[in-house]
Amino acid sequence: MAELWNGLVQAFWLIVSVDAELLEIALRSLHVTLTALVIAAMIALPLAGVLAVRRFRWRRFVIAVLNALMGLPPVVVGLIVYVILSRSGPLGVFGLLFTPTAMIIAQVIIIVPLMASIAHQSLRELWQEYHDLLISMNVTEGQKMRTLLWDARRALLTAALAGFGRAIGEVGAIMIVGGNIDHATRVLTTAIALETGRGDFALALALGFVLIALTVAINMTIHWLGQTERDGRW
Amino acid sequence: MVSALFPLVVDGAVTRRRGKVLAGPVSLTLDGAGTAVVIGPNGSGKTSLLRLLHGTARLNEGRITWACGLTEARARQSFVFQRPVMLRRTVLENILYPLRLRGVAAGEARKEALIWAKRVGLSDAVDVPATVLSGGEQQKLALARALITAPDVVFLDEPCASLDGRATREIEELLCEVRAAGTRLILATHDMGQARRLADTVLFLLHGRIHELAPARAFFERPQTAEAAAFLKGDIVE
Repeated sequence: MAELWNGLVQAFWLIVSVDAELLEIALRSLHVTLTALVIAAMIALPLAGVLAVRRFRWRRFVIAVLNALMGLPPVVVGLIVYVILSRSGPLGVFGLLFTPTAMIIAQVIIIVPLMASIAHQSLRELWQEYHDLLISMNVTEGQKMRTLLWDARRALLTAALAGFGRAIGEVGAIMIVGGNIDHATRVLTTAIALETGRGDFALALALGFVLIALTVAINMTIHWLGQTERDGRW
Repeated sequence: MVSALFPLVVDGAVTRRRGKVLAGPVSLTLDGAGTAVVIGPNGSGKTSLLRLLHGTARLNEGRITWACGLTEARARQSFVFQRPVMLRRTVLENILYPLRLRGVAAGEARKEALIWAKRVGLSDAVDVPATVLSGGEQQKLALARALITAPDVVFLDEPCASLDGRATREIEELLCEVRAAGTRLILATHDMGQARRLADTVLFLLHGRIHELAPARAFFERPQTAEAAAFLKGDIVE
């Protein structure tokens, strides 16, 4: 209990004193996660839209694979990305291993299936609702997709938040591909793992509380911007 | 106003789903004036016929020919469903949606939508989410959305089903105005009173086929088939 209290107090002082190292680590966490989130959204949302409205041969198989990949073990993703980006790997020439870019790649791979599956569910329900109307209005494929993505935007925000939550709390994959290098690839989760290993539980807990506060703040900001709980809205 | 869409010539058209005939074979010729009312017992294929003519049901056999070609014909039609589909947007955004699809500038589309909102009695609700409207209001919104593009023909599938008398009257008044302005209405209904009030032509459907097609007055006064006469008397027709 004393450890928890010490952690809370230390977290408070780290925040109010604007600790330079904490700020650097927190900003790197946000940079890596938000970049991965934007890239993942650009892949997952159109993919979900296509799966919701198009009928093609391997559609059900793709949906089943996406659903299965939601439970992808991050450590395995990290390992695969490591092998691909390592000097002897197919993309080793780019020298991306142990950089934030490698961490972003790993996070994108982890959250795309999660975001696409959640988004697909929402878009499929909306498409069932809109199908007759949009067909009768003779809309083009592009208009159909834009209408669905716009009208399902609040449900898609939930998919994005789920992706954000998974990415910012991720440690296994980014530890492997990032290496937890000080002033280069250290982020909040890898720093927590490091301090726990060193036995500095108070600092580890403090960093954990900062991570939770950051996650809650981002979620609340997105909810507020998206006006998800406004009366009569969707 | 003479529409370039008509005459509509249907020659042996059939639509099926999983091998079962939903409507057809149907052959008819419709000109561009008045209200054609499709009546018939439940399951006779009224909705399927409307969808077939509109082009949203698959044409498995036969031909449907509009005078101006299919692409232009599709662009000059609207469809109002029995259960109105509301986009998850405000009333105004729902009404102006077809204009935005056609590339009308936002300001102009909004201006036109406000006119239609007023015309269907929804001007006080333009900023309200469409899904919170009552059934009658949703149907009026659907009608405004269908009419805002000034279509040559509007298909209406039981537009007043489950609405109260007042809402039904308001919708019928609007339909009469639109018809007077030259829009062809093709309306399916099970409400004989509504059919008598609105019809210029009656298509009596049975087992997916047109059993009788006649001017409204002639049909209601002297039906030519025993089934139509029984249906008008309120007997069960199978």
